[in-house]
Amino acid sequence: MDLSLSLIIFLPMGGMLLLFGFGKRIGEPGAGIVATLAVVGSFLIAVVLAFDFINGDGPAETVRWFEWLPAFGVEAELRWDQLSALMTLVVTGVGSLIHLYSIGYMRGDPGFGRFFSYLNLFITSMLILVLANNFALLFVGWELVGLSSYLLISFWFERPIAAAAGKKAFIVNRVGDVGFILALMLIFSVFGSLGFDTVFEGAHRGELTVTMATAIALLLLVGAAGKSAQLPLYVWLPDAMEGPTPVSALIHAATMVTAGVYMVARTGAIFELAPIAAATVAVVGGATALFAATIAIAQRDIKRVLAYSTISQLGYMFMGVGAAAYTAGVFHLMTHAFFKALLFLGAGSVIHGMSGEQDMHKMGGLARKMPVTFATMAIAWLAISGIPPFAGFWSKDEILGVVFERGGLWQVLWGVGLVTALLTAFYMTRMMWLTFFGEPRWDDGVEPHESPRLMTVPLVVLAGLSVVGGLVNTPFKATLEHFLDPVFEAVHLAHAPDGSLAWILAAVSVAAGIIGIGAAILRYRSRVPVEDGLGWRLLGNGYYIDDVYAGVFAGGGKLGADWLAFRFDVRGIDGAVEGIGSLTRKAGGWLRPLQTGFVRSYGLAIIAGAVGLLAWFLSRGGI
Amino acid sequence: MAVTPGWYMALAAVLFIIGAGGMLLRRNALVMFMSIELMLNAVNLTFVAAGRELNVLEGQVAVFFVMVVAAAEVVVGLAIIIAVFRRRQTASVDELTQLRG
Amino acid sequence: MVETVVFVIFGLAALFGAITMVWARNPVYSAMGLMMTMFSIAVFYVSNSAHFIAVVQVIVYAGAVMTLFLFVIMLIGVDKEEDRTENLPIQRPLALVLILSFGAAVVVAGRLAWTTGIRNPLDPVNGTVEAIGDELFKRWVLPFEITGLLLIVAAAGAIALAFFKDDDDAEVDPWR
Repeated sequence: MDLSLSLIIFLPMGGMLLLFGFGKRIGEPGAGIVATLAVVGSFLIAVVLAFDFINGDGPAETVRWFEWLPAFGVEAELRWDQLSALMTLVVTGVGSLIHLYSIGYMRGDPGFGRFFSYLNLFITSMLILVLANNFALLFVGWELVGLSSYLLISFWFERPIAAAAGKKAFIVNRVGDVGFILALMLIFSVFGSLGFDTVFEGAHRGELTVTMATAIALLLLVGAAGKSAQLPLYVWLPDAMEGPTPVSALIHAATMVTAGVYMVARTGAIFELAPIAAATVAVVGGATALFAATIAIAQRDIKRVLAYSTISQLGYMFMGVGAAAYTAGVFHLMTHAFFKALLFLGAGSVIHGMSGEQDMHKMGGLARKMPVTFATMAIAWLAISGIPPFAGFWSKDEILGVVFERGGLWQVLWGVGLVTALLTAFYMTRMMWLTFFGEPRWDDGVEPHESPRLMTVPLVVLAGLSVVGGLVNTPFKATLEHFLDPVFEAVHLAHAPDGSLAWILAAVSVAAGIIGIGAAILRYRSRVPVEDGLGWRLLGNGYYIDDVYAGVFAGGGKLGADWLAFRFDVRGIDGAVEGIGSLTRKAGGWLRPLQTGFVRSYGLAIIAGAVGLLAWFLSRGGI
Repeated sequence: MAVTPGWYMALAAVLFIIGAGGMLLRRNALVMFMSIELMLNAVNLTFVAAGRELNVLEGQVAVFFVMVVAAAEVVVGLAIIIAVFRRRQTASVDELTQLRG
Repeated sequence: MVETVVFVIFGLAALFGAITMVWARNPVYSAMGLMMTMFSIAVFYVSNSAHFIAVVQVIVYAGAVMTLFLFVIMLIGVDKEEDRTENLPIQRPLALVLILSFGAAVVVAGRLAWTTGIRNPLDPVNGTVEAIGDELFKRWVLPFEITGLLLIVAAAGAIALAFFKDDDDAEVDPWR
């Protein structure tokens, strides 16, 4: 157990080190094969190890590596329970497929070996994140995935846009990390430990006041919002699409961005004590879901549609975990990993076939040219639109059901989620129609063609998962919920309604999806409408949030820096330094006359001192 | 009339004051140096007298060390005086005021 | 009684020598006055039963140190009379005031107590070579060694100061 669990991490780590050192020499496609085999190996080990959990309720286990920070009571320790097992399976499973796909997608790229070493680095980091048994190791993984995300976004660093996007992602994530670090400090100050067991058991025993729990939970939310691209820290994710498409699929859709959801689910014991913070999580999620969905409607770049769609779906997950439906949130995380990775890989296949074109207005009619890509993406489209029995329907419906069941103001949130579902169906249909149907609008010289087998096989596998992935947790047979029960047994879980209400809610959300699809089909069926009204431009530019941030934060920072550099530094700091200098000089000038240069004056001073000392002794009444 | 240590102390005080006066009033570096030696001798006398009064040897040991230090000081000091005299052709300290502030 | 006589005679001699040293215009007279004072003090050492110290006083001070002074006086030249006009205006009055107040303080202190501390109840100590050596090489051996080091450094410094003279100091003298 010890070794095999460690191997899950060590395999991709070894692959990464090997490719760092010899990636160029191994060359193409050897480097890709090595990296893929490493991840597939991890996946197979994870499957074997997870069998205990699937068959019965195998106990959660820990593997201690070494004592790391004794002052904080922190050990480098892994935790293997149902939640981390599920995350590991998703990460390595989807990761394997995307590695495989990348061998085809990155063919001929000069940085082939480097790309796969980064991918393996990412898998390693993500596994450290999900397998950590304390907040410190979790944070290490958290930062490492941030690093690999940065490296992969700016993978084509010769392009200034890509380099800038990488920096943007890094900086925005730093903002979130501040919150995370502060939360860790608070946790340590309360519990004197960073270990999961100590903290959660302590929280369960009531060692945490509501105020403190709320503070910790809100700070954790800041960190999660940074990593999972929620309002207001979502701005880096659309730009992250500058990276290679498999990266977008793996990191910025399927796995890394869900780290925030995982973290909230993992720390459910804390959020349970802070209902206000939990509600804040749900509200942030709902607002993000709606907000990003409206922006996605007006995007022309196929990958940006998917990016905003990812933000929106992450909002769903936050809504779920905020409503204490951790199973539902993690369930949606899983299904979303399948169909969103599929969508991204499909988009990558389209871009590949279109020789790098990303503007949907220059596509159209690709269904016949790329049948496999079209068929698999159509499944993902139905899945994300919430059409049963595809995967997205079950998970999305469960989240909406839980939120509705909470009653009161939560039902407003349910309404938001429903509108988002409608919008989601609309913009996904728009994307499908602009890409695959209608008249070809290709640029001259573009010869669309189906992608090689290496790329379509992962599509097909993911399509299969998108069809059946939802069946693991239906209202009829809640396998996943039972599977995750041991992890959340200490936490009070919210549940979806059952009986006729469940049917009504499901019908409503399916209706929303169908309305969205239908509206989009009606609008884009025959022609591509001109979309350049004021509203379209506002949405297309993401409400100009980037410009606002640039003006407020970057501009404000620049103003502040200017003030510091040219006012405060020149007048204040330099003034103080020069003031001290001239004061010293002046004081020296005043004291100069004391140094007459006459030895006898100095002698006089010595005798005066002696007399003074003697007088002092005598005044004290004797020697 | 028996001689008490106080007599020696008083004599030493007078010698010390004369030495101090010489140091403050004379300008010849050599004479100033001699004045300092005189002050050291006066203090030595008090050490010995006090040692006798208290019936301990430490007073004389202290005198021994003072003598060694004074000898070292005289050696270096006189060397400095000669070095200065070579350059300035004077032994008057009032002319050596280059370190004036 | 004998000690009283000795004290009076050599006390006057010491005072006379000291005043001569300070007052004489010719530094040779000053040196002679100082030598006289030192001899007198050596006598006082003897009458305080500090025999070893008395001998050292004569050999080191009256002998070696004063000889050194005389050598230097010869090197510098005895005919240099210094003029006694004071060019530091407040030096004399201030010096007088300070010296007098110092004397007054000593008198006041002396009226309280000339010595402080606890008297050793044993037999009177005798500053023979044996007794001093016993003390010096047992209890004070480390300071004793350090003074040896100090003397070596002083000798080296004196040699350095006297030995390295620049040839054309008249031209490059930065003080002129």
